[in-house]
Amino acid sequence: MKETPLSNCERQFLLKAIEEKKRLDGRQTYDYRNIKITFGTDYGCCIVDIGKTRVLAQVSCELVAPKDSRPTEGILFFNLELSSMASPAFESNRQSELLVKLNRLLERCLRNSKCIDTESLCVVAGEKVWQIRVDIHVLNHDGNIMDAASIAAITALSHFRRPDVGIQGEEVTVYALEERDPIPLSVYHMPICVSFSFFQQGTYLLVDPCEREERVMDGLLVIAMNKHREICCIQSSGGIMLLKEQVLRCSKIASVKVTEITELINKALENDRKVRKDGGKFGFAESMPKERITALKTEVAPVEMTDIEEKAKEIICRTEAPSEVVSSPVVCAPGTGQVGEGLQNSWGLEEVDALEDDVGEEREEQDMREQLEEESRNAEKGDVVVISDSEEEDVVILHEGTQVKHVKKQSVDSQQLAPSTAKRRRRRKKQVI
Amino acid sequence: MFDSFKHKVGEVVLPGDVFSFASLAPDSRVEKLICGPGLRRNGDEVLVCKSGVLRHKPPNLFWVDSQQRRYVPAKGESVIGIVTTKVGDTFKVDVGGSEQASLSYLAFEGATKRNRPNVQVGDLVYAQFIIANKDMEPELVCIDSCGRANGMGVFGTDGLLFRVSLGLVRRLLVPQSEIVKDLERLFPFEMVVGMNGRVWVRARTTQQTLIVANLLESCENMTAEQRKALFLRVAGGCP
Repeated sequence: MKETPLSNCERQFLLKAIEEKKRLDGRQTYDYRNIKITFGTDYGCCIVDIGKTRVLAQVSCELVAPKDSRPTEGILFFNLELSSMASPAFESNRQSELLVKLNRLLERCLRNSKCIDTESLCVVAGEKVWQIRVDIHVLNHDGNIMDAASIAAITALSHFRRPDVGIQGEEVTVYALEERDPIPLSVYHMPICVSFSFFQQGTYLLVDPCEREERVMDGLLVIAMNKHREICCIQSSGGIMLLKEQVLRCSKIASVKVTEITELINKALENDRKVRKDGGKFGFAESMPKERITALKTEVAPVEMTDIEEKAKEIICRTEAPSEVVSSPVVCAPGTGQVGEGLQNSWGLEEVDALEDDVGEEREEQDMREQLEEESRNAEKGDVVVISDSEEEDVVILHEGTQVKHVKKQSVDSQQLAPSTAKRRRRRKKQVI
Repeated sequence: MFDSFKHKVGEVVLPGDVFSFASLAPDSRVEKLICGPGLRRNGDEVLVCKSGVLRHKPPNLFWVDSQQRRYVPAKGESVIGIVTTKVGDTFKVDVGGSEQASLSYLAFEGATKRNRPNVQVGDLVYAQFIIANKDMEPELVCIDSCGRANGMGVFGTDGLLFRVSLGLVRRLLVPQSEIVKDLERLFPFEMVVGMNGRVWVRARTTQQTLIVANLLESCENMTAEQRKALFLRVAGGCP
């Protein structure tokens, strides 16, 4: 199906809003939309949501013969797909320009930056190595696929575990997941893409453009960076001329964003690890609410009603009188407060000190659970609280202290931004004159 | 005759559900029944072809109230279209359906062969379907049967266009719509609502336009109380 055209009125409005430093969803210039990371039941499967953009990544592995040029290195393979499920404008099994660009960028960002140790994927030099394949499917397109895909890919790679391999002489044994614990890949660093879109020939800059903003933008700059502030890949498209200061400023913003996102990914990975260890529910299959289709039909079960009274009497006669309940207050474990059921009130008595420790532990557990749930709640919140101010607080699950830091950094950035744009304007004017 | 229908009014029906009249007594009174959207006649039974809630309007109109986003053109409905190309004497207009609709340049108020309307590619038009058939290209006009514009035509030099679900559009277009009434209390604004799920809004400032647009988008899955609470909060917060 053809893409819905962008009307003149939308274009004008968007540009005007950007000039007034306003965005469609009420974000600030440097804000990301809500980022949510959920894992599948298998290792190496994750879904990343950035606002309404949704991307699924799945990592799989296979034993193959290595390339002749590099006999001791494993192979990394990336494949990003745009299905027509993401947007009716995408045609499946067609190599569009966007698809090629995204695939190339993803490879440059993740493979060429050597974030995965390929040497450790070697099983028998020159004969057998692991091929790690990352499949990325775009499930919904609302702009900024690149950032979502890069987050999904690196998260899935760090979540993935490959089966253990044993070598005895010539014999190579691949152990099933039940026999031996699978081994995680060794991830050196996490490169994450941050997209900047430019408007009015680079006068205005937005982070994380949504679909409609992408359509009116003049140019795009993608910076892939890791949390050590090393740039892994940088690409500018759209054919706009950027000033040196602009690129430097973008890299500064990117470093802040990458730190936040890396922290979010680590948090999500850690949460998942903990939940898996405890044997609790994990994966998006479990987290989805149980929606069932209610049928109109209700089956009517026949019940025998003829001699019910006699039967009831018989049963009552036969049964013994219930033994008398003796209320003996038994505290199951120190610190368990119980209310009702004839027990004594053990709350806030002389055991206060002992209680406190346990309560502290419980709180920690609760906190963990809350953190887990927070991600899902954030997504729900996002729809409703769009009008209110920045969504920055929602984006990252951080401790209070660090949040404040980020905000400060940003405000510094914006201060730096103001004079430089003014300068540029002045320069323009001069040129005109 | 309507008994089988009336039992299910207000309940969820799914595509493939059948209302059969075969078991009716031969001497029963024949009554007329109007099948609205989502219902289809097939011989002497009525099939449900959309999932949603069965609705009834006395005396004999039944339809299925569904929540979907994909628009299917229907004759007589007013929609917001985006002009994509000029082909000879007609404009091609995107209405969000599976096919682009055609709009003759003579189908504007006061347009003649010599006096052509001023329509540019990318403009918004508010128009009505006169042909909407699954086998033919849909056709739009911007005049009513008397040749008057009647509110239709090119519009929207500024303001914001956005998409909502078809269910919300129908809720907005209900006479005395609750949502519109609540919105009106916030500040003055202009709004055009097309049956194809497109809504165009213009308020005094960009900020206010954005607020209206975001409020409408968030109304989609809200109860009346939640909506009222949100509107109150916005009314308190905005200048």
